[in-house]
Amino acid sequence: MDLIKRFRKGDRLALARAITLVENGMQEGRDLLDAVHPQTGKARRIGITGPPGAGKSTLVDGLIQSYRKAGQSVGVVAVDPTSPFTGGALLGDRIRMQSRWADRRVFVRSMATRGSWGGLAAAAADVIELLDAFGKDVVIAETVGVGQSEFDVVDAVHTTIVVIVPESGDSIQVMKAGLMEIADIFVVNKADREGAGDMETGLGAMLDMRDREEDWRPPVLQTVATSGEGMPTLIDALAQHREYLAKESRIEEWERKAVRARIVSLVHEELRAGFWKQGRQARLEQLVGEVLARERTPGDAAQALFSPA
Amino acid sequence: MDRKIRVLVAKPGLDGHDRGAKVVASALRDAGMEVIYTGLHQTPEGIVEAAVQEDVDVVGLSVLSGAHMTLFPRIVELLREAGVEGMLIIGGGIIPADDHEFLREKGVEKVFTPGAPTSEIVDYIRSWFEKRKTV
Repeated sequence: MDLIKRFRKGDRLALARAITLVENGMQEGRDLLDAVHPQTGKARRIGITGPPGAGKSTLVDGLIQSYRKAGQSVGVVAVDPTSPFTGGALLGDRIRMQSRWADRRVFVRSMATRGSWGGLAAAAADVIELLDAFGKDVVIAETVGVGQSEFDVVDAVHTTIVVIVPESGDSIQVMKAGLMEIADIFVVNKADREGAGDMETGLGAMLDMRDREEDWRPPVLQTVATSGEGMPTLIDALAQHREYLAKESRIEEWERKAVRARIVSLVHEELRAGFWKQGRQARLEQLVGEVLARERTPGDAAQALFSPA
Repeated sequence: MDRKIRVLVAKPGLDGHDRGAKVVASALRDAGMEVIYTGLHQTPEGIVEAAVQEDVDVVGLSVLSGAHMTLFPRIVELLREAGVEGMLIIGGGIIPADDHEFLREKGVEKVFTPGAPTSEIVDYIRSWFEKRKTV
């Protein structure tokens, strides 16, 4: 296939088209993913998540600059939510990632979360695979962290950075959001604002209290992404986490876990897509009526969908 | 999975006013499209690179500074050089009617001027997309 050849030659138009095909769930995309699978597994994969406006894209821009200075090529996938009401999306992460726009060794792709039946995780993880197979030394995945989609992306990256700001409330709020468990590195961005020190101390105390299976205690760093302050420390922390993973066959463990999560996620996607075919959507509408008429309970209706009509 | 229309909304050049571009960007999003917005002060090279990487179906350019006669054709030319095919390029902004024909010849298929209802832009993109799909 022509596209695979062009992809292998490093044609970025082919990479861009491959991502589109994968995103749209086309068979051609699946075929391409299968074909390039042997070339994956070389990239350093970093995830970055946190609430909207925390400065994720600006931090990613800083990471791009740092890795480029070190001579490494960088691929970025930036995921933003699709509106559940219109199905549209406004993807604005590029606005903050412009320092290297003319650099052919940087490739940035914006993605929308799309359907409510999941699938984001699968598609974003596929895009990470494609950027890896394309030969990017570093692949960065940026997602909005609101306690859902980012968890699946976490499985596909080596190191997850959770970004918060001094205004994110106290450390309890961060625990509530479920971000505590996924962070390998915490970044308190906009650290020139009031409360950054308190946030750092509070988070640190929480982290020290937690029982951890791993020996890695996530560091809490302060940055000002817009000025680049704290960037070298973040790069150091990323390097340390990489060294940590490299020891005691942790990277092999990580790979097993990542592949397992990937297969499970594909199975779920397949089940979900398969389930709602076979006239179940129509049956659902009928059942909604029956529940409204108080002839059935919602739980009853759900069970009914599993048995043949 | 349904195919989404992907649109790059870009502001080349030096004018510092992007209310119009933002209004159009939100209207397209509300019409169910995926809109990539690049912000102000973009170079033609930067816009082309974004269009390539994002693999968009449509590039919408907005210029209010009067530099459309050089910027628009330059962007079309760079897109061709990059090997991009089948992308719809449309323009908007304060563009005198006399310039429209020249821009069309240069590959900017349609120009929308201030006062054009956003629904007109949405309809134009949708019907172009439908036609292209059937090709």
